[in-house]
Amino acid sequence: MNPGLNSTVNAGMAPVATPFFFYLLAGLAVGSGLLVITRRNAVHSALALIVTLLAVAGLYLMLYAPFVAGVQIIVYAGGIMVLFLFVIMLVNIERSSKDRRFNRMWPVGLGAASALLALFVSAFVKGKALFPDRLMSLPESSNTQQIAIMLYGEAGKMGPYTFAFEVASLLLLVAILGAVIMTKKKI
Amino acid sequence: MVPITTFHYLVVAAALFVLGVIGVLTRRNVVIVLMSIELILNAVNLNLVAFSRMWGNLHGQLFAIFVTVDAAAEAAVGLGILIAFFRNKETINVDEIDLLKW
Repeated sequence: MNPGLNSTVNAGMAPVATPFFFYLLAGLAVGSGLLVITRRNAVHSALALIVTLLAVAGLYLMLYAPFVAGVQIIVYAGGIMVLFLFVIMLVNIERSSKDRRFNRMWPVGLGAASALLALFVSAFVKGKALFPDRLMSLPESSNTQQIAIMLYGEAGKMGPYTFAFEVASLLLLVAILGAVIMTKKKI
Repeated sequence: MVPITTFHYLVVAAALFVLGVIGVLTRRNVVIVLMSIELILNAVNLNLVAFSRMWGNLHGQLFAIFVTVDAAAEAAVGLGILIAFFRNKETINVDEIDLLKW
């Protein structure tokens, strides 16, 4: 009862105990997502957000996307959350731990969000048949290699996403410059 | 047990998305508003990867990686703006940030 996860496309064997791990990770993600938006202390919110990100990374692994899961852990949980914690440390004021958590218009915001939830529910109830029940299994061991071929191209030719990749590097450069310039006291 | 299909992942992603929207619309602390935006982007990523598995190709995963790049850029610029604002006004509450209100 131990089928290789990186078996090829038409292997009929399912991974062990998939529903159990799915419900565990989904409950973990949604539960700590609820903690993110309800905790008073911003550091507690950040820690709950890390748990959400790790649970979502586990869901990526179950979807045969190991490279995206690795990027999620390294970039989100390792990079962005450190940035968040540093900023919380810099701007944390005693006052914010005592005054109101929610703004005055929170009933309106909650109403708008529940309208969105009702939209999702109706779309999912009516459109459930649109999503096929088939379960493709992507080849997992060559996942990173195939993503690299799509990003960088192969045999001297550009891949379908090479230009977008270069534009993304330009976006990151502009973001670095913007963050540094806005954070400096005097330029 | 019912096998886990694409639909299950979409439901989880919708729940995360709604949680993020509630956070953006109701919280006062700007740092937590930015964290809620990260929740929203993660919900979108989960949808993209689930569709990638549904179609059996990797385009969805590529899109998820680009969304991650955008999230990193957005967090850096947003937190930079937040620090610059905190230096001037000594507050990080969204309902006190009203310099442009007429």
